[in-house]
Amino acid sequence: MEVLNQMKISFLSKSENESFSRAAVSSFIAQLDPRIDELGDIRTAVSEAVTNAIVHAYRTKPGVVTVSVKITDKRCVYIQINDRGCGIEDVEKAKEPLFTTAANEERAGLGFAVMESFMDKLTVRSRVGYGTSVSMMKKLADNETEDK
Amino acid sequence: MVRFLLKDDKLLAALSGEIDHHSSKLMREKIDMSIREHTPSQLILDFENVTFMDSSGVGLVIGRYKLIHDLNGKVIIRNASEQTKKILRMSGIESLASIQ
Repeated sequence: MEVLNQMKISFLSKSENESFSRAAVSSFIAQLDPRIDELGDIRTAVSEAVTNAIVHAYRTKPGVVTVSVKITDKRCVYIQINDRGCGIEDVEKAKEPLFTTAANEERAGLGFAVMESFMDKLTVRSRVGYGTSVSMMKKLADNETEDK
Repeated sequence: MVRFLLKDDKLLAALSGEIDHHSSKLMREKIDMSIREHTPSQLILDFENVTFMDSSGVGLVIGRYKLIHDLNGKVIIRNASEQTKKILRMSGIESLASIQ
């Protein structure tokens, strides 16, 4: 796997930064000229992961969210969202669709289900009291114009 | 942003811009205020000018459904993009609101 480009941003766990984070990621991957639906999938998955960090990980005290993106050969995009928040007690349970610990805030409990279905790979590592790391990968379709 | 149009007892809420956890709070408040004021029999959520939506939008629809359901009303979702529909369908929302 050859890394062709990479970037990293860190920001405070403020909800205003949800739109900033997905705009930053989508503008970084624009260099791959992704299809509109691929870009939509990635923006949505990033938004879900960053919102989880803001709403759940830093529920009691604010902190820093880090988003790193790597572009590798074969048009693969690797995205990692890290926080040093409260951590997830039971990752498998958290991944179940419609499971939420914030029902009274009208959270649908679909975050991980959306990430899983919109990206090709999803790995969640978490330790209570230390934080959570969400890694996702999406392989973009071959760019036809480039092949010609 | 939300713009409202009331016709007979149907309330149209035209949503615009990006719907995420941050922006949905204000949208929810505005829609709820309008529902309480007009007690419509039908709430039409128009997504035509929505440029982005994550699962926060599902929470927004389900919450409004609960409110309208208490008034014996219906919720209709209109003009959602394919990307938005994909998320709405994942939630099984079609059993609560009709997607047109």
